[in-house]
Amino acid sequence: MLRRMLCRAAVVAALGLGLGAAAAEARTVRWSASGDPNTMDPHSQNVGTVTMVLQQIYDPLISRKPDLSLEPGLATEWRQVEPSRWRFTLRQGVRFHEGEAFTSDDVVFSITRALQPTSNFGIFVDTIDRAEAVDAHTVDIITKAPDPILPNKLASVFMMSRSWSERNNAARPQNTRQREEMHTVRNTNGTGAFRLQSREPDVRTVLVRNNDWWGWREPQNRGNVTEIVYRPIASDATRVAALLSGEIDFVLDPPLQDLNRLRNAQGLRVLEGPEVRTLFIAFDTYRDELLYSDVRGRNPFRDLRVRQALYQAIDIQAIHRTTMRGQSVVTGTLFPEQVQGYAREEDVRLPFDANRARALLAEAGFPNGFEVTLDCSNNRYINDEQICQAIAAMWTRIGVRTRLNAMPLGPFFAKIQRDDTSVYMLGWGVPTLDALYSFQSLLATRNGAQGDGIWNYGRYSNPAMDALIQRMKVETGDQRQATIREALRLYRQDLPHIPLHHQMIPWALRANIQMPHTANNQPYFRWAVVN
Amino acid sequence: MFAFIVSRILQALPVMLTVSLISFAMFAYVGDPVAIMLGQDFTEAQRQALVQQLGLDQPFFVQFATFLGNAVQGEFGLSYRLSRPVAELIAERAPATLELALCAAFIALAVGVPMGVYTGLYRHSWLSRFFLTFSLIGVSLPTFLIGILLILTFSVWLGWLPSFGRGDVARLGWWSTGFLSWSGIKALILPAITLGLFQLTLIMRLVRSEMLEVLRTDYIKFARARGLPNRMVHFGHALKNTLVPVITIAGLQLGAIIAFAIVTETVFQWPGMGLLFIQSVGAADIPVMAAYLMLIAAVFVTINLIVDLLYYAVDPRLRIGRGGGH
Repeated sequence: MLRRMLCRAAVVAALGLGLGAAAAEARTVRWSASGDPNTMDPHSQNVGTVTMVLQQIYDPLISRKPDLSLEPGLATEWRQVEPSRWRFTLRQGVRFHEGEAFTSDDVVFSITRALQPTSNFGIFVDTIDRAEAVDAHTVDIITKAPDPILPNKLASVFMMSRSWSERNNAARPQNTRQREEMHTVRNTNGTGAFRLQSREPDVRTVLVRNNDWWGWREPQNRGNVTEIVYRPIASDATRVAALLSGEIDFVLDPPLQDLNRLRNAQGLRVLEGPEVRTLFIAFDTYRDELLYSDVRGRNPFRDLRVRQALYQAIDIQAIHRTTMRGQSVVTGTLFPEQVQGYAREEDVRLPFDANRARALLAEAGFPNGFEVTLDCSNNRYINDEQICQAIAAMWTRIGVRTRLNAMPLGPFFAKIQRDDTSVYMLGWGVPTLDALYSFQSLLATRNGAQGDGIWNYGRYSNPAMDALIQRMKVETGDQRQATIREALRLYRQDLPHIPLHHQMIPWALRANIQMPHTANNQPYFRWAVVN
Repeated sequence: MFAFIVSRILQALPVMLTVSLISFAMFAYVGDPVAIMLGQDFTEAQRQALVQQLGLDQPFFVQFATFLGNAVQGEFGLSYRLSRPVAELIAERAPATLELALCAAFIALAVGVPMGVYTGLYRHSWLSRFFLTFSLIGVSLPTFLIGILLILTFSVWLGWLPSFGRGDVARLGWWSTGFLSWSGIKALILPAITLGLFQLTLIMRLVRSEMLEVLRTDYIKFARARGLPNRMVHFGHALKNTLVPVITIAGLQLGAIIAFAIVTETVFQWPGMGLLFIQSVGAADIPVMAAYLMLIAAVFVTINLIVDLLYYAVDPRLRIGRGGGH
């Protein structure tokens, strides 16, 4: 009996020791993608490569779950006390990495900072008039007009410490005219699950676990990673080689042509999932005569029948199978289902039918087709140039002789932003995960106001669409849902774009790492478990 | 001698000016930095403000003059992409590129010259034939392919050497070096071979043909007639006389190695100036690109000068020629 008890005690002790040892053991994840974050400033550059590192370090008021739905972050509760006033109750006992207590004053400061002209996060705060501290742990955010989706937007705005920022002369995001580097370009002080330990731009960025993070008490954050080493590798082949040779544990953007190899490699696996990014073709429907076409005196793209013909000439399944090797979600609408406002009934494509396309062209007065140039990027989206090649060939087959003009993203964006295009392909991500972001940027008539039509380079303009977009900005609940639905229907009737597909973003990683795939292409290491 | 150096430096000035003008003019076509800096969301007013802030609304020559004025003072401004001073960025990356280039040049000389001598002396041995075949590979395969093949063999299959990066580096003042750690040295091997292979084969073929040439000359015959040992004839008399063209080519190639390390650095994610340049091109980061091109031009000019001076050291005829006032 005694012996058995002793045995049991020994086992328990051993287990205890074992667990203790495991908890203290360093669990490092070394990961890689093609680009390096340009800055560590949380409000300076709104790009994925920056956010993917900063969101491990900084917290927003409202966080996201693995399915990207909202959950409490630094704010535990929020509600609309008046149509234009949201009240946030802050989490108690949160501290920044350098020790400052997190209070409502830091929220007011961070919102004000994100509102500065040098901030790149205007889209997330553009409806905000000001933030007011009610008490140390309550903040009111007052919007210029009622904003039903403010919480969605605030999930992208990180909270900084006022005293730390002011002490380090960083009360505003970096101004390009400054001659000096700002403190926040290479230093951080967040409240998040990981702290920045060292950073060598373009070489390595090391984050270590913040054991005092408030979130480790929540059951969903079961991650056990103690150190994250980010090492960018620009060359696709080298990045894959580093994963195969064991120098890297996780590659965020493996090239499509290597996926099969990675799937079959020992000890590796590929996590597949959709991205919230939709590729489409947009037409110049504004000019009376196209810049890059042989049609004189009229703009064929202003004729719905021509747009429909080009739509039905595209065999999207062939692109899905061959060009994308199955790594795309074919769509007939503007954004994928993760986005608030998505309606499955509106996600229907016009069928591929080359004969119908030819008939439509003839009906529109182009029995012999015409010539046009398709502008396309060649290093921005997955296989973008190949997709455009396929489309150009499909259009040429029905008589629309298409020249492809594929460019790197720099010149490509510069060109289309001058409206110097007749038809182009674009991929659009939705960081707010709300329909308004897409409608407002892509389909509203450009009027100089922040956000309206800024990426509408075909200058599509329909008063009915504009009216629906204005309503989307203020309505709430079911009424808003109905408005978005109506706008999606109008999108299908009007065909300002030809929708193509939502991108898939496979991640390749070592088989002993468990982590959820997130559709915003941002790995959250607080959920990563290394066995 | 002093007058010679001064005249060479004066000759270099218009070269530098032309390079800066051409590179600056080129940047008008690499894309719009404003579009990249603004990101997805902006208003027309924000865009205009940024254009003004960066001085991009000024006429071309005003922009160029401002750039030159600042460049002369060593002031290249702030990188658009990284928001850090350009001079600091380049100084940070230069050691990586220079170490890589020097290692590559060393490999090229240390292996290329003996191989060239050997193939020149024993033209018909099977080893010479092997060297010559091997040199064809070095000349004809593009650098990135060699790099990928080396990575595949030594990193993925054998697992001996790292596939990317610089390993652990030590800081010595402003210089960072990979020579002081085992991982740093291991990381250097594959990129240095990749970068040096072309130069190696070039030097080998050059030395070989020069050796063949020299071995036919009369003084070699006389040396043999004097009964000098072979070693003396080959290395004392023949090799020494092949060195003038070798120095010219090797010197110019060192400039090329530094300038064209871009490809190797991209393949191996080597954190040097070439990688910085490529990333700046992607982001239309004009200040960094301009500074880099100016620097490369300066490197070429300097190396040319040094090569000219080396001639004097190696070839006594030149010294006499000058001194004699011909």
